[in-house]
Amino acid sequence: MNKRTINFFLVLSFLVSTTGIRAQDDDLLKLLGEEKPKKERIKYAFKSPRVINSHSMEFLNPGTMDFRILHRFGQVDQGYKNLFGLDQASMRMGFDFGVMQNLMFGFGRSTYKKELDAFLKYAPIRQSTGPWSSPVTVAFVSGITMDGLPWADPSRKNFFTSKLGYYFEAIIGRKFSETFSLQVAPTMVHRNLVATVATPNNVYALGVGGRLKLSQRVAFTWDYSHVFIGMPDSGYYHPLSVGFDIETGGHVFQLHFSNSTGMNERAFITETTGRWGKAEVRFGFNLSRVFQIKKNKKHKE
Amino acid sequence: MKNYFVLAAAAMLFSFSATAQKYFTKTGKISFDATTSSSPEKIEGVNKTSTCVLDTKSGAIQFAVLMKGFLFERALMEEHFNENYVESNKFPKAEFKGAISNNDAVNYSKDGTYAVTVKGKLTMHGVTKDVETPGKLVVQGGKIQATATFNALLADYSVSIPGLVADKVAKTAKIGVDCSLELLK
Repeated sequence: MNKRTINFFLVLSFLVSTTGIRAQDDDLLKLLGEEKPKKERIKYAFKSPRVINSHSMEFLNPGTMDFRILHRFGQVDQGYKNLFGLDQASMRMGFDFGVMQNLMFGFGRSTYKKELDAFLKYAPIRQSTGPWSSPVTVAFVSGITMDGLPWADPSRKNFFTSKLGYYFEAIIGRKFSETFSLQVAPTMVHRNLVATVATPNNVYALGVGGRLKLSQRVAFTWDYSHVFIGMPDSGYYHPLSVGFDIETGGHVFQLHFSNSTGMNERAFITETTGRWGKAEVRFGFNLSRVFQIKKNKKHKE
Repeated sequence: MKNYFVLAAAAMLFSFSATAQKYFTKTGKISFDATTSSSPEKIEGVNKTSTCVLDTKSGAIQFAVLMKGFLFERALMEEHFNENYVESNKFPKAEFKGAISNNDAVNYSKDGTYAVTVKGKLTMHGVTKDVETPGKLVVQGGKIQATATFNALLADYSVSIPGLVADKVAKTAKIGVDCSLELLK
């Protein structure tokens, strides 16, 4: 190999290297380098902050209010005389507020036992991707209920605290894919006053709720609570609700069948009297309408 | 032999000068507006983290936008935008790749306002379409302000609007681009 050819190759390699740089020009964005992966919260595991009856791992957006109207009709086994239960209705009206992306509170009133309830829900950990991410959302709910019925026996000495009940719940949930989300929720319900000496004040249950998206705007949901400790011997059952979430613009309709009438944790975990096997289920719907009460200013500026 | 060196030197010079003529931003503003007269509220979002690179030599220009970066006044609108319309989990990015057709008419070394035509391909929601739009370049103090407004027919990008809200959302979205480009070193 003479000097001339060596030089030729040298020059050729220069040219190749420089044209190599030019070839990269094809994708100009590559010049800026790869974006560092950022921690990103996984959103929209459920369409609503409730699975059906239970709290879900999802939160309201900050600055929004969710006006919820919940209906539970009579038992389907009443037949056509009562239009399969539609002649009777029990309802709960509620207002939930999103304070931060991981903090919300709400209150409501049910016709069942004229009961008032309020709750606070907070998530220290949200499911996310990227560095320092968590595979699950962990949320805690603490609630209080107040029975609004007149005293069963006004002649005895009654205490205001007897009307109260409390519930504490931890929710561990994960959005496994765009279509499938699942959560478990160990729950404890405490009632200050119970009907008989034999009835325990504390009830422990494990909730399992999930969502399977069927299309862009329709999802199949289920919500089950298994009562492990504190279930009375007879007449009470584990609450199971199955239904569909239908989203229509600003509303989310949750249409479902459930064996419970109660629409707060105390009521549906400890006082579900229907049996699925005997068709003692009720048709029901939750109507959720989200209002933006504080507008997001981030996009102006 | 001398010739080769001259050639090589020229090629190197050329390549160096080529890399020195790129302008970029990572905080470009891209907005979209799908409001119609019958919309109950303004349907508009803005993304302030768009990436843009402009090669002043060739006139090649490219944009990349993360769909999740669009911010809305109403949280629910943002949710619907990501979940139902653009499906940002499936199609996280929108990209534009094109060129300034009349790049020769722009003198990047002289401050001034230049009217340009940009032609290229816009990829959004998994669909690529040809786009041509007039735009404006303002060269001032070594920076380039690039602005443009164009319309995108949502159906072209297979963004479907359900019948229930069909009359409340515009069929065409007005897309605004506003980027302040700096020299890429």
